[in-house]
Amino acid sequence: MKMRRTAAAGAVVLALGLTATACGGESGSAGDKPAGGGYSHDYTAAKNVKIDSATLKRAQKRGKLIIGVKADQPFLGYQDPSTKKYSGFDIEIAKMVAADLGFSTNQIEFHTINSNVRETTISRHAVDYYVGTYTINNERKKQVGFAGPYYTAGADLLVRKDDKSITGPNSLRGKNVCSITGSTPLQEIKKPQYGAHTQESDKYSDCVQKVLDGQADALTTDDAILKGYAAQRPDKLRVVDKPFTKEPYGVGMDKNDKALRDAITKALEHHIENNDYKTAYTNTLGKSGSKYVAPQTPLPRY
Amino acid sequence: MSGASVLYDVPGPKTKARNRLYSVIGGIAVLAVLAYLGLRLFQTGQFEPAKWNIFNYAGVRNSIRDGVLTTLKVFAVAAVLSLALGVLLAVARLSDHKPVRWLATGFVELFRAVPLLITIYAVWVLMLSNKDALGMSGDAPQFWALVLGLTLYNGSVQAEVLRAGINSVPKGQREAAYALGLRKTQVMTTVLIPQAVRAMLPTVISQLVVTLKDTSLGYIITYEELLYSGRLMAGNIIAGGDSVYIPVIIVIGSIYVAMCLALSALANWIERRGRRAKTGIGVAEAGDVANAGALTAVVAAEAAADTATDTGN
Amino acid sequence: MNVLLDYLPQFRDGFLGTLAITGASAVIALVLGVVIAGFRVSPIPPLRAFGTAWVALLRNTPLTLLFLVATFVVPELLFRGASPFVLAMLALGCYTSSFVCEAVRSGISTVPVGQAEAARSLGMTFGQTLRMIVLPQATRTVLQPLSSIFIALTKNSAIAGAFSVTELFGVAKLLSDKGYAIALIFLWVALAYLIITFAISGVFRLLERRMAVVR
Repeated sequence: MKMRRTAAAGAVVLALGLTATACGGESGSAGDKPAGGGYSHDYTAAKNVKIDSATLKRAQKRGKLIIGVKADQPFLGYQDPSTKKYSGFDIEIAKMVAADLGFSTNQIEFHTINSNVRETTISRHAVDYYVGTYTINNERKKQVGFAGPYYTAGADLLVRKDDKSITGPNSLRGKNVCSITGSTPLQEIKKPQYGAHTQESDKYSDCVQKVLDGQADALTTDDAILKGYAAQRPDKLRVVDKPFTKEPYGVGMDKNDKALRDAITKALEHHIENNDYKTAYTNTLGKSGSKYVAPQTPLPRY
Repeated sequence: MSGASVLYDVPGPKTKARNRLYSVIGGIAVLAVLAYLGLRLFQTGQFEPAKWNIFNYAGVRNSIRDGVLTTLKVFAVAAVLSLALGVLLAVARLSDHKPVRWLATGFVELFRAVPLLITIYAVWVLMLSNKDALGMSGDAPQFWALVLGLTLYNGSVQAEVLRAGINSVPKGQREAAYALGLRKTQVMTTVLIPQAVRAMLPTVISQLVVTLKDTSLGYIITYEELLYSGRLMAGNIIAGGDSVYIPVIIVIGSIYVAMCLALSALANWIERRGRRAKTGIGVAEAGDVANAGALTAVVAAEAAADTATDTGN
Repeated sequence: MNVLLDYLPQFRDGFLGTLAITGASAVIALVLGVVIAGFRVSPIPPLRAFGTAWVALLRNTPLTLLFLVATFVVPELLFRGASPFVLAMLALGCYTSSFVCEAVRSGISTVPVGQAEAARSLGMTFGQTLRMIVLPQATRTVLQPLSSIFIALTKNSAIAGAFSVTELFGVAKLLSDKGYAIALIFLWVALAYLIITFAISGVFRLLERRMAVVR
């Protein structure tokens, strides 16, 4: 009993100590630099934007734009755990679009939304729009509206550097492949022709760790995402570099808000044409080794 | 260890020697397991200074602190609400009116049967769907979904605990109270509930430990509590060319264990204090809340036999 | 109704997945729990300390955290390349074993002192007393708490769904993402869990009746 009390007292001291010491300490981001982000640019917000969109009116009323993004994709949508700041290519795209809708960077609230709850949050207006490696496809168009594509990625494989046995999707027979619940490459790799065992997780970073641990042999998702992880750990991981699908990325939003969809499409075109897009690209995705391909304008409308 | 001494004789010289040998072997075995784990931690490079240096950064510390505070905030609100709901449901289940009793029973049974994770998720989706009607913004839907989910489940469990407690109050007390001319509500609020709460306090607190542990389920709806912050750090920080899953899990884990142990210690302390008091109503054994056997044995509440507290979720 | 009929295969897989993970971890929990309970009442101090530490640690750790440990610490340190099912089974089994241990231990203490004394006076050792006299009698009182522990285990298995094990919760999430009304899905999944939990309490009630002794 006495031992227990001492243990409890020690526990309290530990907890208090940890929280008390929270103030102070070194500033800046913890860990290796760069871990997958850092670039940030502000875009001039348009003034007096009048668009007949229910979503936008809600945002204007609250004076804040809520954008759903990813937090665990280096160079795309990445949140620094120590500064809580988001950065990456998708974040830049989100900010460009926000600027044309009349919101400056400090009027944006980013929310981390994992892949498995994207449709749930978008269709129920928990976010105004969503920019996070979101592949446009017909199945999803039944639930959300898409503007874009603003980038085209392709599903690829991330493997351990010393693992030479995996050369492409056709060499996955009997291997463990990890991906995200609800992602398109996962649905592709589940097809019986590949004969792979699949594992599902709700975070990409968890899959990366599984590949490193040997619980999975490969992580499949879009090459743009994978290259970010490979760039973080160049001596442990490599990308197979044989894309086997086309993943056009779009900005997701309420399916019924056509006015917003058109406005976002226009905003994307505007920033592609004025070279904001290219600058953002070279400073984010370009750093992890993805080649720049200019997106075709005008973007499709529906 | 009252049971232990009955199981074996006071050791003689030979047994003493043998036990000493077993102790040494057992001790070595336990130490060997620990040493092996330590060795593996070392071999996989978990003790590299770079990996632990991340905790020297103000940002990391702040996010751990914020995580702890958020977790405690959710816990505090959920604890208060679940106790309130627990009292309400317990009284409703003992009501004289059949429909009220049935409704309460159905409610309790439903929310105890469904995994908390699913309840939280369902409440969250419902809240998102009706977000504007409820006037919520930011991470309010997440917060309330987590709190309400915890409240619904733990409230149902607390209701069963309190009901067992109310049933454990000797019948004579109730009869005496009625004989004095007290009304039904008065009997409940002034005679039965205070004694029930007293008898069941350790069990109630142990269920609160479960509530505290379950706040970690907020990860499923991306609510930024302690475990979520931990997972973000583990996934996004790279130190010394490697991820920091293990150091982060060790640190976050110790914080959770510390918080829960502190709460458990409180339950134990109350239990010991309660045992010294002479009221004729036994105090439930805190360590064994999980099991109905001990519970019923202590409070002699046969009626609660079927429905005693749930094991930690 | 439609949701259930349209996605019957998914519901079936989820249901079977929940059954499988629950069953597998129940076995682990039972075996580990009884062994650790034996440790906790044994005359050997290091084993007692180990048992106490095991229970205190596991009972005060959130299960989600334990799943993280199983998914990211265990493979790195011990078993490289273990499947998610095995790891989930380990996490659930170890977590539940601490509750089983406490139930068994309090069951042991309800066996009348005279029984153990009689066994000892016959010259039985600690192991024999425990195995042949005390545990069989303790089983009777332990059954009730065990049934609630296994019901809790069934529900806890939902957490495994987030760690890539197919089970009912995964189905609920999948269908909700596909846009079905959550209330309806919730009811169907709740029903599925009710079936499992009622089956568990039914089995235990049967066992209790079989083992009951007329006094």
